Amino acid sequence: MTKRPSLFSLVLALPLLVWQLAFFLFPLIFLVAISFWTVKMFQMQPDLNFGNWQRILTRGIFWDAYLHTMILAASASALTSAIAFPASYAISFKLSETAKRWLIFVLIIPFFTSYLVRVYSWQVFLTDAGIINTALGYIGLGPFAMLNNNFGTLVGMITLCLPLVILLQTFSLNFVNRDLIEAAHNLRCGRLRTVFAVIVPSARVGLVIAALFAFILSFGDFVSPLYLGGGNPPTLSIMITDITKSGQQWPRAAVVAIMMIATLMTVALGAITYAYKERGK
Amino acid sequence: MGNENRIINGWLMVHIALCLIFIFAPIAGSFVFSLNSDRFPSLPLGEFSFKWYRLIYEDPLVWAGLFNTVVVGLTVAVIATVLGFGGAYTDFRYNFFGKSIYLALALLPPTIPVVIMGLAMLAFLSRIHLSGSTISVIIAHGVMCSPFAMAIIRLRLSQMDPDLEAAAWNLGGNEWATLRHVIIPFTKPAIFAALFITMAVSFDEFAVAWFVSGLNETLPVKILGFLQGQVSPRINAIGSLSFLLSITLIVLAQLLLRNPEAEKK
Repeated sequence: MTKRPSLFSLVLALPLLVWQLAFFLFPLIFLVAISFWTVKMFQMQPDLNFGNWQRILTRGIFWDAYLHTMILAASASALTSAIAFPASYAISFKLSETAKRWLIFVLIIPFFTSYLVRVYSWQVFLTDAGIINTALGYIGLGPFAMLNNNFGTLVGMITLCLPLVILLQTFSLNFVNRDLIEAAHNLRCGRLRTVFAVIVPSARVGLVIAALFAFILSFGDFVSPLYLGGGNPPTLSIMITDITKSGQQWPRAAVVAIMMIATLMTVALGAITYAYKERGK
Repeated sequence: MGNENRIINGWLMVHIALCLIFIFAPIAGSFVFSLNSDRFPSLPLGEFSFKWYRLIYEDPLVWAGLFNTVVVGLTVAVIATVLGFGGAYTDFRYNFFGKSIYLALALLPPTIPVVIMGLAMLAFLSRIHLSGSTISVIIAHGVMCSPFAMAIIRLRLSQMDPDLEAAAWNLGGNEWATLRHVIIPFTKPAIFAALFITMAVSFDEFAVAWFVSGLNETLPVKILGFLQGQVSPRINAIGSLSFLLSITLIVLAQLLLRNPEAEKK
């Protein structure tokens, strides 16, 4: 296309571009910039100072939080995928079109409920004297510590990710060629083997993308680790909110944020490369 | 084999039910707890009470939060839908150098963790002396909501017969007239759906709003405040009401998106 863009096309295309450049890309670039700034007398001053980076990256507490966050996010992603898969499989292969449409609608509802309110509700369910422990007490079990530990955090993260992962998995399973499954059955391939040898490989891209989304959501979540996990040890996102809210050390928070983005980009790149690797083989 | 199928299928249905219970337990729970007199609900449940609703009704800070939320939500819905419409039409109609970068810039915001968005927005907006105002929340939510509007309208455009536009041009309509008399009427249901859905997204967004809103807290930021301070079932009452509001918006959007197919029949 060599001809000059018309006024019409510019009027339609530019507002979004300008908005996202100014208020999305630019703030992210600015975040990188301020990670080199210094704070003097509670004021940020432009600088080219590696002190913030040095300070954060040489701290044991940062790397502990980093590892903790990685493990939590990876566990949440794996657990959510494992819990979601039988449901997505059943929705995609076993349900009628009408039931399918209803379930998909029902699974969209949680996106429009407040995550905070759901987390608070889980607190009531999970505390030592809460609903679940009291109910378990009636049959002589417990009480189990389910709050302020990794179990609580994972419950919250799975609550956040499960609807999305089921939806993404279902869509990818819908695209699996039904003839392939028929062929596998005709070749006397058992049900379970069909699932793992035929269905999972053909839906791999979608399954990996779903797991990736669960990882991204859990990795950045600060609500579950704080209000269900107790915030100790902190995750990276808790570190960011703490540093930001407790003073003017935004440059240090920026360093943590950039490390998070770099990690997410690496994981996303790895996952997508893996998803598309030796496809069609 | 048939018998085994039935057992496995039964288990799969049970599994779906368990997943739904897990997903909806906290939502249903907050409804029940909001109508319960206990501060720390447990079994057996306390008595039925509108106490928490009365408390939020009498709290001027909640009303102030609601006012901010509605102002932000309405403004964001309009901005995000206008931006999203332009983006969707651009993607539908044009091919140009750097289009994939354009699309990435338009659609990526929801994949950036909200704490990072919040921090970046706070640092940037306070540099241009906008942080702590309602405008800053509107700017941030505009970034986060426009991808949703764009996706919804783009989906509708892909259902349009491409000849329709060409026919309008052949009949002598210029691009502006075609936009007004053909494209906008055709995408109208999606435009309204986008308005409602972006409004619902903005209503529930708390993290970025928390970073940038300062004293002009929106209602979700208020909830976060309750969560940090004394534990209070007022959260459930606010949550239940805003859930009803969001769900109304979604059902409206859903009805609008479904309508065109009914017309065709």
